[in-house]
Amino acid sequence: MIKLAINGKAITTEPGRTVLEVAREAGIDIPTLCSHESLPPYGSCRFCIVEVAQRGRTRMQTSCTLPVGEGMEVQTHSARVLKIRTILVELMLARCPESEVLREMAREVGVPHCRFERVRGEKSPCHHCKACALVAEMPLQTPDGLPSTFVSRSGCILCGMCVRLCDDVMKIGALGFEGRGMRRRVTTPFREPSEFCITCGACSSVCPTGAIELLRVRPQAPRPIPAEFELGLANRKPIYIPFPQAVPRVPVIDKEVCVNFMTGGCKICEDNCQAKAIDHGQQDRIQEVEVGTVIVATGFKTVDPRRMAYYGYGVYPGVYSALEVERLVNASGPTGGEVRLRDGRTPKSVGIIHCVGSRDKKTNRWCSRVCCMYSLKLAHLLLEHTGAEIYNFYIDMRTPGKGYEEFYDKLLEEGVQFIRGRVGEVTDWAMTPDEEGKLVIRVEDTLAGFVRRIPVDMVVLSTGLEPQADAQEVRRLLNMSCGSEGFFLERHPKLAPVNTFTDGVFLAGACQGPRDIPDTVAQAGAAAAEAMVLIDKGFTEQEPNTAYVLENECSGCKSCVPLCPYSAITFDEAKQKAAINEALCKGCGTCAASCPSGSIGQRLFEDQEVFSEIDGVLAD
Amino acid sequence: MAKPKVAFYWCASCGGCEETVVDLAEDLLGVVEQVDIVLWPVAMDFKYQAIQAMADQSITATLLNGAIRSSEQEEMAHLLRRKSRFLIAYGSCAVSGGIPGLANEFALEQILKFNYEQAPTLVNESRTRPQLKFGEDGREVSLPALHEVVRSLDQVVEVDYYVPGCPPTPKITKAALGALLEGKLPPKGSVLAPDVALCEECPRKQSRPVDLSFSQFKRTHQLLANPELCFLAQGVVCLGPATREGCGSQCPAGNMPCTGCFGPTSRVRDQGLKILSALCADIAAKEESEINRVLEGIPDPIGTFHRYGLAKSLLRRKVDLPAARDAKAGL
Amino acid sequence: MNAIPSPASTTPPWRPRIVAFFCNWCTYTAADLAGVSRLKYASNVRVIRLMCSGRVDPQFIVEALVKGADGVLIGGCHPGDCHYVEGNYKMLRRFRMLQRLLQSMGIEPERVRLEWISAAEGEKVKRVVNDLTEAVRKLGPLDLPQKAADWDKELAELEEKIQAGEAAPAAA
Repeated sequence: MIKLAINGKAITTEPGRTVLEVAREAGIDIPTLCSHESLPPYGSCRFCIVEVAQRGRTRMQTSCTLPVGEGMEVQTHSARVLKIRTILVELMLARCPESEVLREMAREVGVPHCRFERVRGEKSPCHHCKACALVAEMPLQTPDGLPSTFVSRSGCILCGMCVRLCDDVMKIGALGFEGRGMRRRVTTPFREPSEFCITCGACSSVCPTGAIELLRVRPQAPRPIPAEFELGLANRKPIYIPFPQAVPRVPVIDKEVCVNFMTGGCKICEDNCQAKAIDHGQQDRIQEVEVGTVIVATGFKTVDPRRMAYYGYGVYPGVYSALEVERLVNASGPTGGEVRLRDGRTPKSVGIIHCVGSRDKKTNRWCSRVCCMYSLKLAHLLLEHTGAEIYNFYIDMRTPGKGYEEFYDKLLEEGVQFIRGRVGEVTDWAMTPDEEGKLVIRVEDTLAGFVRRIPVDMVVLSTGLEPQADAQEVRRLLNMSCGSEGFFLERHPKLAPVNTFTDGVFLAGACQGPRDIPDTVAQAGAAAAEAMVLIDKGFTEQEPNTAYVLENECSGCKSCVPLCPYSAITFDEAKQKAAINEALCKGCGTCAASCPSGSIGQRLFEDQEVFSEIDGVLAD
Repeated sequence: MAKPKVAFYWCASCGGCEETVVDLAEDLLGVVEQVDIVLWPVAMDFKYQAIQAMADQSITATLLNGAIRSSEQEEMAHLLRRKSRFLIAYGSCAVSGGIPGLANEFALEQILKFNYEQAPTLVNESRTRPQLKFGEDGREVSLPALHEVVRSLDQVVEVDYYVPGCPPTPKITKAALGALLEGKLPPKGSVLAPDVALCEECPRKQSRPVDLSFSQFKRTHQLLANPELCFLAQGVVCLGPATREGCGSQCPAGNMPCTGCFGPTSRVRDQGLKILSALCADIAAKEESEINRVLEGIPDPIGTFHRYGLAKSLLRRKVDLPAARDAKAGL
Repeated sequence: MNAIPSPASTTPPWRPRIVAFFCNWCTYTAADLAGVSRLKYASNVRVIRLMCSGRVDPQFIVEALVKGADGVLIGGCHPGDCHYVEGNYKMLRRFRMLQRLLQSMGIEPERVRLEWISAAEGEKVKRVVNDLTEAVRKLGPLDLPQKAADWDKELAELEEKIQAGEAAPAAA
């Protein structure tokens, strides 16, 4: 263990650590510019210089590269240190006067203004190589006509962070230093736009002066990663928390775009994580869990509004799906709760079209149950956020439930316009001047009795609910049935809404049919209760319609053994006869029908019983 | 004490059952010693009048083989029933109609027409057919009428016991006769053969895999059968699983599959439908055209599944055949 | 004396009688659904419930016909959807062979039908039942019991003679 003192404070620490690390840990702040958690110490910016007294001698040393030594006395804010820092800031500012980071540092250090003038290009002739243009957008001439090299609005201070990050951390190496002395610059090989750059943005994000223009390094916009929760209205990073209410509220790494999975580098997130909770080496694991009950709550998906081409979704930028609008009005959404169209305008008029993909022979016949209420909610919120003219186009207004009808009344009072008619089309083809630049909703107003054209800035499609795309696979997995719409089938629509035909498999939520949150919660409670009953009981009662082998009569012909999908029939080698395991038998009776010598019976469905039934049904 | 009387009679049969009795060999003499044979058309000369003259139930046992196809056979069945204490249906024909039972696939007229008019080797330009009566020189002779339907014995008279097989083996014949003579008989109506399927005693049973499924069916001439491997495992239709044991699996021993002559166990109503059920359920194919292709390996379902039992099967006879013919049609 | 006129014999007109074997999970449930939905369809079908179409023994089908059914309907789950995984395939394989057998035995193949009806297809139950009833109606009665009775008339003659005591069974 090493004992040293920083600013008079005694500190004991393990050997091998730097003074900067130890100081920061002890709560002593030392400013740095070129230090990064993921990079080894570099010592290029010199900001972290401290005065070190050891063995009677004093020297100025960068604390980021200084290993702790026994008996060191470190001063981080002595007069000499502060003087050096001031000069450093001034020199940096001279190069990059616009840099916010440097200005902030200047304020901290107490430098009111830079004493040095901007460096002009006389002493270091410009070669017109345009390399400088790569790293900063700057004019190739100063306003008074002189060629400029290191004159920059936000120029490079040669801290080397971008190079080191790209090379050592990201393992790409698209940037490097070129030249020496005054001509030293950061650039790409041969100053050509880089083929290797993966537009991860690490260089520009770490540059303290904002000198890196990503498009200059690779003239290709980075591929955006649309955030699924924001429905593509905003982007996310490769490591992200899906949404604020996620359970567990833990970030997840998207393997498809994470740099570590592409190059083996980066892992900046891991370096930064205080809890050491990130492990890029995690592998998918298949875990088998034995359970006695299953509750299927696989949910629903919304109807894809692209199927209704006449509403123009995906064609007109002003047409939104209801879920997208949910994000727009949400304070934690991509626009922070401001309702703005894609071109930045606030809409002055909004049309909300009900029953998109519901109650429709061409898409889904059923009513999706929740859309009227959420359409009213969106109408209310849009009115509140924008004060726009709101139109709701409905077929019937379905507002059962507590307070729902009253909510509808409130909207009527608030001045939301309700037009009863199924919207035929949304078009941008203007027929009159006040339709110019707007989206026109063509609808038959059935109460008024004529077709109307209503120009709006924004169209909201209230998309319906339908079964998940993989519903058929899921149901086969669990041996369930689906109704004709594709939602999972309950055992009885009135008396057993959460049970399926298989004991122990229950349904909850919209996978069974469209429903809103209160109904889902109630149903989930019911399913959980039913599951608890089974678990508590510890056994389930079944109809005893199992098959059995007449042991004396069985000839051991083995015709039955391959028939059982549950492997309930085995061949007893010792007895040379078939045997049925009653616990495995599910009671289909296929073996009983097949046994060629009539030596398998099925309880409750014996041959004799069926023959009697045949006689019975033909008695008249 | 008088020796018990025994009668053997044959109806629509091939004579094979009579051979079995002869095949008792030295045991036959033992039988002959113990009983008084009152009727045995194939071997001895007796007259019907002698039988008619007997008191009812004075014959202890009659072993009647052959199906009932003609009016004479029907009458004799009734006669022997009256005169016998125990009437035993002997052989597959009497038990279930046997091979003659396959005639129930055809109308009698079809058969007669083929035999007397259409057969390729026939020369009968005048299309002469046998008649029920024929008179010449003041004398009249007659023939028994043929029934439209071939029947098993118990479809005509009440039967006490059944000895199955085509023909029955000497072993079960001896056992039956022995039981009779000793008076140790099972309940009336029993089949005098074990009530378990043939696979139980078949030496090839071990070689049938437990997970056998069929991707094709072969007939016996389509392969050189392995003499030790289960026929079903070779894709050859074998009715062993649906047929009573007791024959000593002679056919498999002769490298031929079982064709079902010992009939079904007591627990099924239709042997042919049961073996159909078992074989088809074990087919591997799932797709319709593939299933049909596999089933083409059985070109004659009736002959395969109901070879010996068509007359006793649930349907008995092709249903669209006439119940009776024109009275002038002849036989 | 005036005779009291006897009522004209009233044999009811023939209606097709069809025995149906429905699997519990799919077809029987669909029939239930048809009922709950108040669908109207022909009442000629008499349903026997089994757990799976794989339980349908060919003996059942033929016995139904022999006992007087004019048609037989078997209902099971769609291929791939059997509640017991593959019972319906076993039924299908048996059915294809049985159809051939029945046809060679002179029974019109339209009388016996195998249909896949899932639990949600109440409408299909109605359609199939109506369809099959109509098809069987066109074919007319099968009436195997009567046919068998007709066949056995040729025995009755001798039976009568014997009962009447004409015990001499002369040849012909």
